[in-house]
Amino acid sequence: MGRYLVRRLLQLVPVFIGTTLMIYLLVWKVPGDPFAGKCGDRGCPENYRAMMTEKFQLDQPWFVQYATYMKNLLQGDFGTTWSGREVGDIIATAYPNTLKLAAMALVIEAVIGLTAGVLTGLRRNGFLDNLVLVSTLFLIALPVFVVGFVLQWFFGVKWGIVTPTVSNEMRLTELILPGFVLGSASMAYIARVSRTSIAENRRADYVRTAIAKGLPMRRVVGIHLLRNSLIPVVTLLGTDLGALMGGAIITEGIFGINGVGRTVLRAIVTKESATVVSIVVVLVLVYLLMNLVVDLLYAALDPRIRYE
Amino acid sequence: MSDILVSEQSAPGADGSGRPSGRLLEVDDLRVEFRTRDGVAKVINGVTYHVDAGETLAVLGESGSGKSVTAQTIMGILDMPPGFVTGGRVRFHGKDMLTMSAEERRRIRGEGIAMIFQDSLSALNPVFTVGFQIAEQFRIRRGMSRSDAKKRAIEMLDQVKIPNAKGRFSNYPHQFSGGMRQRAMIAMSLALDPEVLIADEPTTALDVTVQAQIMDLLGELQRERRMGMILITHDLGVVADVADRIAVMYAGRIVEEADVYDLYAKPAHPYTLGLLNSIPRLDERGQQLRTIKGLPPNLMNIPPGCPFNPRCPMAQPVCRETIPPLLQIGTGRASACHFAEELVNRD
Amino acid sequence: MSDPSAASIVSTPRPEQLTEASSPATAGPVGKKEKPRSLLGDAWLDLRRKPLFWISATFILLFVVMAAFPSLFTSGDPTATSLSRSRVEPSGDAWFGYDVLGRDVYARTIYGARASIVVSLLSVIGTMLIGGTMGIIAGYKGGWVDGLLSRIADIFFGLPFVLGAIVILTTFNGATSNNTAWQIMGLVIASLVVLSWPVVMRLMRSSVLATKEADYIVAARAMGASTTRIIFKHLLPNCLAPLLVYGTIMIGSFIGAEATLSFLGIGLKSPVVSWGIMINEAQNYLRPSPYLLFFPSAFLVTAVLSFVMLGEAVREALDPKLR
Repeated sequence: MGRYLVRRLLQLVPVFIGTTLMIYLLVWKVPGDPFAGKCGDRGCPENYRAMMTEKFQLDQPWFVQYATYMKNLLQGDFGTTWSGREVGDIIATAYPNTLKLAAMALVIEAVIGLTAGVLTGLRRNGFLDNLVLVSTLFLIALPVFVVGFVLQWFFGVKWGIVTPTVSNEMRLTELILPGFVLGSASMAYIARVSRTSIAENRRADYVRTAIAKGLPMRRVVGIHLLRNSLIPVVTLLGTDLGALMGGAIITEGIFGINGVGRTVLRAIVTKESATVVSIVVVLVLVYLLMNLVVDLLYAALDPRIRYE
Repeated sequence: MSDILVSEQSAPGADGSGRPSGRLLEVDDLRVEFRTRDGVAKVINGVTYHVDAGETLAVLGESGSGKSVTAQTIMGILDMPPGFVTGGRVRFHGKDMLTMSAEERRRIRGEGIAMIFQDSLSALNPVFTVGFQIAEQFRIRRGMSRSDAKKRAIEMLDQVKIPNAKGRFSNYPHQFSGGMRQRAMIAMSLALDPEVLIADEPTTALDVTVQAQIMDLLGELQRERRMGMILITHDLGVVADVADRIAVMYAGRIVEEADVYDLYAKPAHPYTLGLLNSIPRLDERGQQLRTIKGLPPNLMNIPPGCPFNPRCPMAQPVCRETIPPLLQIGTGRASACHFAEELVNRD
Repeated sequence: MSDPSAASIVSTPRPEQLTEASSPATAGPVGKKEKPRSLLGDAWLDLRRKPLFWISATFILLFVVMAAFPSLFTSGDPTATSLSRSRVEPSGDAWFGYDVLGRDVYARTIYGARASIVVSLLSVIGTMLIGGTMGIIAGYKGGWVDGLLSRIADIFFGLPFVLGAIVILTTFNGATSNNTAWQIMGLVIASLVVLSWPVVMRLMRSSVLATKEADYIVAARAMGASTTRIIFKHLLPNCLAPLLVYGTIMIGSFIGAEATLSFLGIGLKSPVVSWGIMINEAQNYLRPSPYLLFFPSAFLVTAVLSFVMLGEAVREALDPKLR
């Protein structure tokens, strides 16, 4: 297992370098003048240009630039915005909010998606099954911002059940609707995957064995059937945690949540590219690490898989 | 119909072993069909057999003859749908299991009737240790503590002669060899000390040498525990050593039932005769193997009359018209052939 | 769809086949009459019984006509502004009302189909070509070529879609750039392709790997068929079905993606008319004028769903296990 982990981490390095290098080059190298359109409408102040050029060695060849950038990044130095704020600080304030939102989304999608998937998997072709199939189709097909606006309009504006936007305190009740919106597509995937998985495993021989042993039905389903069917679902959930962070951009924009997504969005509008790159790099890193965690989780859940 | 099959031999359970004597498990005129998109397959068409304490009944038949489906119906693990029980009774200690409540029936599983499956790799849950799956029964059914259950499970593994039972406890099914896995499966089925053990082709998936070991073990445990055993197999070789009685199934019916010796000596049904003749024999080396011509009938479209008639070398017009009932033809034996007497009495 | 009686109502002559299939034991040569049907033929028979297929296909046809000839549906000008009718509610004159700048929402919604369909269709074609080629090369060549291509795919795969699109589009399509409408469209298409091709490549690669060792391919190779011939004659036709299904579904999701990017303000921009842009413009008037959001959303949703449902229907028809 240890050796496998090391190998996987080593494999992650080129992917990480490739992805970040691509982002880096796109933002700082491709435009020609690295400061073109990066500091709002009036262009970058001279002292900011000088400071960034020195710190990130922007006058050096691209690989030196990238190495410097990575070195600073790994030391937690994300650079500064042209107005003088530390990008690291911005991320540190915004990140916990996104994490809260993503966690809420994950809980909601796991609970609803799994319940729907298990129920329909056990009893296929009923009314509930068709209902779930159709509604998951909708959730998968619709862009998040459409789902977001529709639900915000109905629940927040028309019926006034929740406040349409989230306050700075990030109360849990306020996060339910945004969490649902953020997790909606994954919820549908989870419902479908667990439905298929349950339906496939339901007829498995070991389920028969468990019944033949005279175990109560809730134990047969709750322990023997579920434990096997959950393997693909858990991996899906894990991958999702990484992806949710990146997907939070739109949800945070709609519900006015001060997370990394909204920060990115604002940085795009104010043409504050240093912030954009840094956040994207952080999110990519999280995403890649989560994928690794999922692989390890997979081995932990299924004893038949051994990583050497 | 069951009264035709009055077994003359004395019920071996009545010897003070503590088990109730007499009919332990009785299947009476059981009928099961599978309703699929393509039509209705009549899989079991009036099967009747019984097993007493301490005796082994072998149910013999080709794949698709309904022998496994009968066992699954007894166990209550038939896939429903597509399976439907359309008639008959399954009595355990005289009580019909098909009409009792789900909870009552569940209590019989494992404790009253237990089952061993053919493919131990898929029958054991891949994500739990073998020990967990055995100990689970002691914990759930007997309310034992985790450590007591573990102790008992290791004892069980010991009883089925798994070396280093203690160490093997925490292994996963895929870490066992086929034979060891089948032993573990046996340990699991015997954990709650069942009165009847149904072994559904327990050795089919194993190497020949291992097959014998497993059969020996099963026979030994069955004698020790004075269990009734239903041994389902398509392998005539397996049957001879272990079984007391044999029921031969064809197209969802019992076509012949007899003591092992009688059946081998004088089969009373052409199908049984065909089966016996198809065993390769050393004294007939170099000759072509004798097979039963044709294929088993499609269960969605069973031929009228005797289901075996299209393949039967002795078929007469009557065979295409009337289904021969399973009739007693002597002490403890019965045959469903119009010409059973002729068969038994020839040469 | 699994109810056999429901299926038989809709004119599929099956009973003959059923009796044949159900009596293989009785005698030998009955199978002769049974016409061997191809997988595609089977799928088509299955497909044309599905109402879902017809509904989604009809909608898709409608949207395609809408994109090609918007003037068939409306005589209005989607870009004519008139502040005097700013945010006038829907009425008999203007079914969908007017937006902030007094533009006819109905006309804009109709004209919006063009951008969505063109962008998504071209992106899918691009994704298929690049991803498909890479996948075939990786799967067929194997070895270090496969390793290299797969790692490159990993790099692009490691970039979450929205994030990647943001970076690409802010670089090339930032607010200060003066791209023409066509350039912007090209950029949006390019970013969709760049971020999506790894998925198609993986699909194609595994599909090629699965068929590569099939006996008939080995036989073709043994008989001296050239690599190109093997790929075009044998491999491609076999891998095509899943690719087409995926492509259909992808058109739907790309329509959604294009709208998402436009909504974020980094995709298409006014004066181009697109549903995403309309939704983006409408979000500030959610409370007073929800209809501004409703109509483009409804069209967007219908278009996305039509393509996704068509893809699902075809996939189910092609997958014998699901029947």
